[in-house]
Amino acid sequence: MTYQQPHTEASVSYPETTAGSPLVAGGVKVAARDANVHYADKHAIKDVTLDIAPHEVTAFIGPSGCGKSTFLRCLNRMNDTIDICRVTGDIRLDGEDIYDRKVDVVQLRARVGMVFQKPNPFPKSIYENVAYGPRIHGLVSHKDELDAVVHGSLERAGLLNEVQDRLESPGTGLSGGQQQRLCIARAIAVSPEVILMDEPCSALDPIATAKIEELIDELRQNYTIVIVTHSMQQAARVSQRTAFFHLGNLVEMGDTETIFTNPEHKLTQGYITGRFG
Amino acid sequence: MNTLLVIATILVLALIGFVLGRRRIIRQAEGVYSRLHSLPTYHGHFVALWCAVPALVLLAVWVPLEPKLAMSAALSHFQDDIGIAANLESIKTSTLALLLQVPKDATTIELDALRSDQLDLLRTEIRNMADGTASTGHAAFMEEVASVYAGFRDISTILMVAACVAVAGLGAGVAYSRVRPEMRARNRVETAVRWFMILCSTVAILTTLGIVLSLLFESMRFFARVPITEFLFGLHWSPQMAIRADQVGSTGGFGAVPLFAGTMLISAIAMCVAVPVGLLSAIYMAEYADSRVRAVIKPCLEVLAGIPTVVYGFFAALTVAPLFRQWGESIGLDVSSESALAAGMVMGIMIIPFVSSLSDDVITAVPQAMREGSYGLGATRSETIRRVVLPAALPGIVGGVLLAVSRAIGETMIVVMAAGLAANLTVNPLQAVTTVTVQIVTLLVGDQEFDSPKTLAAFALGLVLFVMTLLLNIIALHVVRKYREQYE
Repeated sequence: MTYQQPHTEASVSYPETTAGSPLVAGGVKVAARDANVHYADKHAIKDVTLDIAPHEVTAFIGPSGCGKSTFLRCLNRMNDTIDICRVTGDIRLDGEDIYDRKVDVVQLRARVGMVFQKPNPFPKSIYENVAYGPRIHGLVSHKDELDAVVHGSLERAGLLNEVQDRLESPGTGLSGGQQQRLCIARAIAVSPEVILMDEPCSALDPIATAKIEELIDELRQNYTIVIVTHSMQQAARVSQRTAFFHLGNLVEMGDTETIFTNPEHKLTQGYITGRFG
Repeated sequence: MNTLLVIATILVLALIGFVLGRRRIIRQAEGVYSRLHSLPTYHGHFVALWCAVPALVLLAVWVPLEPKLAMSAALSHFQDDIGIAANLESIKTSTLALLLQVPKDATTIELDALRSDQLDLLRTEIRNMADGTASTGHAAFMEEVASVYAGFRDISTILMVAACVAVAGLGAGVAYSRVRPEMRARNRVETAVRWFMILCSTVAILTTLGIVLSLLFESMRFFARVPITEFLFGLHWSPQMAIRADQVGSTGGFGAVPLFAGTMLISAIAMCVAVPVGLLSAIYMAEYADSRVRAVIKPCLEVLAGIPTVVYGFFAALTVAPLFRQWGESIGLDVSSESALAAGMVMGIMIIPFVSSLSDDVITAVPQAMREGSYGLGATRSETIRRVVLPAALPGIVGGVLLAVSRAIGETMIVVMAAGLAANLTVNPLQAVTTVTVQIVTLLVGDQEFDSPKTLAAFALGLVLFVMTLLLNIIALHVVRKYREQYE
């Protein structure tokens, strides 16, 4: 399935009450319609319209500066922390407009977790890193419950075996790959529905990368995952669907296999065959 | 004056050496710079250093040595010719004889027999007469001695100029002749610069050491007269001592506890003002304020740091203290017009910029990735600040607060003007207390003899103050190292 150049859809309007007609089969978790992002004078995202299906891994690919990370950060309103950034258009999570005044950004981010490019564990113990989210959201009422959440999250992030005898040592003392899995454990400890990953493996070596990719594939059972990546192999390995961005436009989106074997658009073909980017 | 001229000459020669050395290597390179081990500038610096350094070292040795040698020449002339009757007579008729306490029937003056202060007097006389400034004697013989001194110095100056210029020229010449493309000029110049830097840091260390040692020795003199236990644990401070036996009242009491208690009280009040205000304004500036607000507030806070402490002092003494007194009276409290509260509050305001600007720096230095990590988990801004940013910035904040504490303890001007002189031992902030620094000032102001316990007490107070801030710093370092959350 492919989209036309987005700006041709600019006139399409969606009713306020629904998420619009789904562009993918099998339900829609996140839907964006004519999303635009401006950084001061720079038009960083231009009329992007796409749907993200639940329990799938969606990969955003494209050359540096194409806006894929910016768009990713729109999905949990991380761009709010940047003063000069302005987001317009319609982005919905389970049919609810996340840029609506009534939406509490804190709750939104608890539902849409994020893992960053560079592993950024807090300068606290491994345990405290994972316990951070549940604590601030008051998800647990006593210590045993918290222990269970921390152990469960580390388990699901595939890190428990490596760290269970040193939960009190600082998270910053782990290796890069372990730190990134700790950040994933930290994100899933608040039971999000969607996990956004911004180039989660770009600072890691191939072995650590392989572990994270394996983990992403497992996490797909329970979460909806959106991953920005520079590595086309990675996109091909872990994702079910792929979106290709170029200069702030969504050029093409479809099944990963189709995008990599038979792309509609010349730009996509040029990028995946390595002719530019 | 002559010395400055010599230094200027040496520097000019070094500059010439630099230009010549550089030109020579450029000529030798014949346009192919890759043949050179070092860039031409380094060859220039090499010649300049060889020109200036030995000559300046020579000058540095010569300048302090010269007057000493001249003086000993003059004094030996004095000793040799004083036996001659006419010479002795000319001294006996001058006022110098009185100062040196020469007996009427003396046949000679033995320099070795003079007391050290009399010898100093004689030396000053010789120097003054040689310079043509005021003298006590105008004895004919003294003029002769002075002319020996002056003559020696004249010759020495000429010799010094010649020697320095010769050494500079020689050094430059040797270095110039060694300028070759393969010469490792860069390494040598860098070595020289490294030694210069080592020298500079040594100066700083030696100065500190000197201050500490002098504090220590003078304090020991004090503790020889006043027992150290009385000083450290005594509760009575009244340093006015009877100079003559018939004076009444002043017994001299050197118990420093009230002073340290007063210092602690005022510093504590100051910190109670400075830490919350400084820290919270730093958090606001770093985390909440947008860039325009920040651009206004930050310089405003820094203006506080630029106000001279003497201004704070009279602000405290003339505005704040009477105000507190009025308020106190209106609610029926007895507030001293030199209350610790007023001095402490104003001192706290003075310290706010220390706390706020240092805390602001460390909070801003916490990586944005930490904040995003927290926001990404759905933390609010205040949760992020309390649980992530502040713990990560804690070592820096504690460092800033400690700097502020030692500033508060050592602060003098405000307390001299606004705090009292009476050494009350109290924790009531509404009463007047005195501080260590205030007492040091009052002990040393005015004409004092420097061997009475009263003045020596200043050194002992200084020493204890120094040890206190040192301990504070050591403890703080430990705390910081233990509780810090390292984010890299």
